[in-house]
Amino acid sequence: MRVVLAEDLALLRDGLIRLLEANDFEVVEAVDNGPSLLRALLTHRPEVAVVDVRLPPSFTDEGLKAAIEARRQLPGLPVLVLSQYVEQLYARELLADRSGGVGYLLKDRVFNVDQFVSAVRQVAAGGTAMDPEVVAQLLTRRSALDDPLTTLTPREREVLSLMAEGRSNAAIAARLFVTEKAVSKHTNSIFTRLGLPPSEDDNRRVLAVLAYLNG
Amino acid sequence: MPDGFRSRFDALWWSLTATVLAVACLTLFVITLTGTVLVTVWVGIPMVVWGMYLVRPIAEFHRRQLARVDGGERIESPYLATPSGNLLVRVRALFRDPATVRDAWWLLVNGTVGLALAIIGIVESILDLIFWWLPPGMALRVHAAVGRSLLSVSEKSRLALRVEQLTESRAETVDTQAAELRRIERDLHDGAQARLVALGMSLAMAEQQLERDPEGARTLLSEARSASSDALAELRDLVRGIHPPVLADRGLDGAVQALALAAPMPVEVSIDLANRLPAPLESAAYFAVAEALTNVVKHAHAQHAWVRLAQVGEQLSISVRDDGVGGADPAGGSGLRGIERRLSAFDGTLGVESPSGGPTEVVMVLPCVSSSPKTSPSSGTG
Repeated sequence: MRVVLAEDLALLRDGLIRLLEANDFEVVEAVDNGPSLLRALLTHRPEVAVVDVRLPPSFTDEGLKAAIEARRQLPGLPVLVLSQYVEQLYARELLADRSGGVGYLLKDRVFNVDQFVSAVRQVAAGGTAMDPEVVAQLLTRRSALDDPLTTLTPREREVLSLMAEGRSNAAIAARLFVTEKAVSKHTNSIFTRLGLPPSEDDNRRVLAVLAYLNG
Repeated sequence: MPDGFRSRFDALWWSLTATVLAVACLTLFVITLTGTVLVTVWVGIPMVVWGMYLVRPIAEFHRRQLARVDGGERIESPYLATPSGNLLVRVRALFRDPATVRDAWWLLVNGTVGLALAIIGIVESILDLIFWWLPPGMALRVHAAVGRSLLSVSEKSRLALRVEQLTESRAETVDTQAAELRRIERDLHDGAQARLVALGMSLAMAEQQLERDPEGARTLLSEARSASSDALAELRDLVRGIHPPVLADRGLDGAVQALALAAPMPVEVSIDLANRLPAPLESAAYFAVAEALTNVVKHAHAQHAWVRLAQVGEQLSISVRDDGVGGADPAGGSGLRGIERRLSAFDGTLGVESPSGGPTEVVMVLPCVSSSPKTSPSSGTG
């Protein structure tokens, strides 16, 4: 799978290249600043991009802005954004085009290599991988509001937030100590409650998660 | 002074009062003058001190009264705060206060010219009451004008007051900063540093056990991984407390939006800023909003909150409002006190309106000179 990587700290860039290549990704270009990132995304059109939020030359959210701009020009271009901190605001901006293929994770999530790699794959496949911190914040906020999502049972909300983090049914089942069949029963119930018509399961999954994250 | 029967009685009352006070002034002036002459034989010192202390309530009374008499602006009190300490310290402060010298002049003028004017004022007020169809007299106006010229806050007093205020706010700023650095040091020491030590130990032990007990080594390695996650989380919190990354990225506008999004209840944000403020101001404003919102979450039981930032002229006005239970006491919480201290470094002020039963509104005002246009790179020939 072809990846474009943007990370300005050489130490982390090398580490990420090593990690990705050890897991059968091909890093077609690794850049260290915002303008080169935008150019690399538009020329290589990678299957997925892994991008650090903060990049030179301004050392602000240049990576995020380049990613959003690239997705404006190439809708649905899968981008996984990494950061030392997560901001609800940034998650919202990434998700605003509602076309999926978006991830937003704390850098420490890389420590769990298997989970990180599966998140990259999830994003490349058009899914979402939101950091548990983002999801947790949304959850407390949601519980204070009137919202169609409040009609979900607590268990269903749990399943939906794990889906937002980019986990497969099997992973959700393992996490909640239930069978995969039980999880798929929950997901079907979620789709019905959110009024998502029967279609290809993956697509509904993305839509449900987007409905959840966008509010 | 508005013309009317009632006001003519007021004029009579005031000229009588002013006469009595002018006599008091004259007496005080004589005491002070005698004291000054007798300074060499010590007994004069307490006379001068008493004279200059006793004049203050009389002068303050006149300051309050003048605005009513001539309808002009109210005169602020020009006196510097009396320092705590022994008698000598306080007496020295009295003589250093530029307002004291002006008071002495006023004593003389009010005791003589003022006395004469006040007596004329009595006669005139009585005549005005008898010949009520004629326009009221001028003596009291002249009296007010003379008083105003001597009782107003002189430029010197204004500067002295300002220096006093700046000294105080600077001391508070220095204290706050020192405390802040101490807190950061402690947080690093007990948090991230300790966790990195634990991580190193886990790694060392894992290395040692790798051959003998691979399963144990694996446990240690996963412990090390979680220790590094915890260290990162703590550093992240610490960084947020020093200078939130989103503030660096997006400025005050974006950072306040981010704060609103992170709150558990819906927060409506309205921001009207022409351009970016200087970084220290942005930071102060950000932390003020953050603290105010934290208070809303913790104490108000609110369903909604509103944050409004607007730059009006040379001032940034910040309002954080909620529909909660109210009853917030600005003196009680250390949080609000902290904001006040932070704002005072910029001559900012904080006001809280929070009747029991709500709603609560915290209003903060920061004088600001919007980030002066930086010298743009010159494009001309060099």
